[in-house]
Amino acid sequence: MYDLAIIGGGPAALSGAVYAGRKRLNTVLITKEIGGQLLLTSEIENYLGFESITGAELADKFARQMAQYDIDEIIGEKVVELIKEDGLFKIRTEGDRTIKTRAVVLASGKRSRTLNVSGERELAGRGVAYCATCDAPLFAGRKVAVIGGGNSAFEAVIDLLPIATEIFLIDIAPHWLADPILIKRMEGSPKVKSFQQHRVVEILGERRVSEIVIEPIEGGEIKELEVQGVFVEIGLVPNSEFVEGLVKMNRYREIVVDCHARTNVPGLFAAGDVTDVPEKQVIISAGEGAKAALSAYRYLIRQQGQV
Amino acid sequence: MAILSEHEREHMVETLGELEGNVKLTFFTQDFECESCRHSHELLKELADLSDKMSLQVYDFKEDKQAVEKYRIDKIPALAVEGEKDYGIRYFGTPAGYEFTALLEDILDVSRGTVELSQETMEELQGIDRLIHIQVFVTHTCPYCPRAVRTAHKLAQASDWIQADMVSAVEFPHLANKYDVFAVPKVIINEGIEFEGALPERHFVEKVLMALSSRT
Repeated sequence: MYDLAIIGGGPAALSGAVYAGRKRLNTVLITKEIGGQLLLTSEIENYLGFESITGAELADKFARQMAQYDIDEIIGEKVVELIKEDGLFKIRTEGDRTIKTRAVVLASGKRSRTLNVSGERELAGRGVAYCATCDAPLFAGRKVAVIGGGNSAFEAVIDLLPIATEIFLIDIAPHWLADPILIKRMEGSPKVKSFQQHRVVEILGERRVSEIVIEPIEGGEIKELEVQGVFVEIGLVPNSEFVEGLVKMNRYREIVVDCHARTNVPGLFAAGDVTDVPEKQVIISAGEGAKAALSAYRYLIRQQGQV
Repeated sequence: MAILSEHEREHMVETLGELEGNVKLTFFTQDFECESCRHSHELLKELADLSDKMSLQVYDFKEDKQAVEKYRIDKIPALAVEGEKDYGIRYFGTPAGYEFTALLEDILDVSRGTVELSQETMEELQGIDRLIHIQVFVTHTCPYCPRAVRTAHKLAQASDWIQADMVSAVEFPHLANKYDVFAVPKVIINEGIEFEGALPERHFVEKVLMALSSRT
């Protein structure tokens, strides 16, 4: 039986683990991967104390700081169920482990949103990609499409610029949402052709992607673009399915927390991108994770003799 | 110029301080080294110099036919990570980027001579009665890939019937093409079973057992 289980491996979870470790809570961290979305971020220039650092390096520093404390780790497994029974929490992982704990910090973050168009699911891993950092090197000398207009879409374009022969950047919005500094890095490249205010109709291909079909959102001529890769970078959805029905969520399926990182379920705290806290930033997640762990500590203290 | 920074060296010396038994890095290259062979060779030299318990043995892919056959090497750069025996742990392509972490963890495991796997997995591995060849395709920029490589290498260390290769998709594009590698990690088991993603140990082992039963 643990005092605290922290679900997740990103900045909120690791920061929470450091605080839980310092409070000497009997803690377990359960995560598919240490680093969370940090691992998919090439350069971070707005985390205080580091003028510029890669996401992977920052994740490594967080993990090393956590390793100074006595925290049990279950790495490589996703949580598939979290229930509360008789005042205690029971967590089940995809590897069929069961963990019992008195309190939980949920920091399971977000994952890529899918397009939900014909061909996407069938061709995932056959040219449809959701991790530009991972898969961009596989598209050397090929034509690709990047879907989206935010920072992650532009980062994907920047990753692909030295590799692909032609890049179609497709977005439904009339204006790019990415930071101006990223837009500037792409501007002027003859490799990039932009299609703003266009939606993806379908992705075609037999064993691998061969074409993407797009149309203007106001209606008009459908275009078929010959591509071998489609990088989907249209934002994120929260990893909150396993607490569906247990905890209050907003309409985006984000977990609703108060300013103490408390959910509506006593003993269940949440932090980082999976919550409804505005501004999904590394520095904000780290702060929220710390806050959630301290709130969990106070909750446990109030349960006399439980720590 | 050295590949490893002073800071990295310091960190690695500390990590390699945990080595128990000796570790041999057996590297295959050729006289006129390709760029990735040269880079791998330099990296392994620097790494081997960091601990008295590590040694580097270099073979020429064209000349040292006996070693090439013994270690089942069919492309270079290639690396076998050995402890008190050859467990069948291979790297084809540079073990750099995210994969360098996998290499360090492999080194620690073979040095200890034991590997952390569940009791259930260990029991299932006992049932293997023929050769299993696992290939894990990776890119150096893929943060999820080392987990798949490590699971495959742990299985190789735990079973004499398993050889597990990390294969750099960018350095061996003809293989990436042959196996339709469009997402990494991509795992190929005995040519017949394939999947993408770093599956948890239990599910990875299920795929290995499927390869065993499919008799491919």
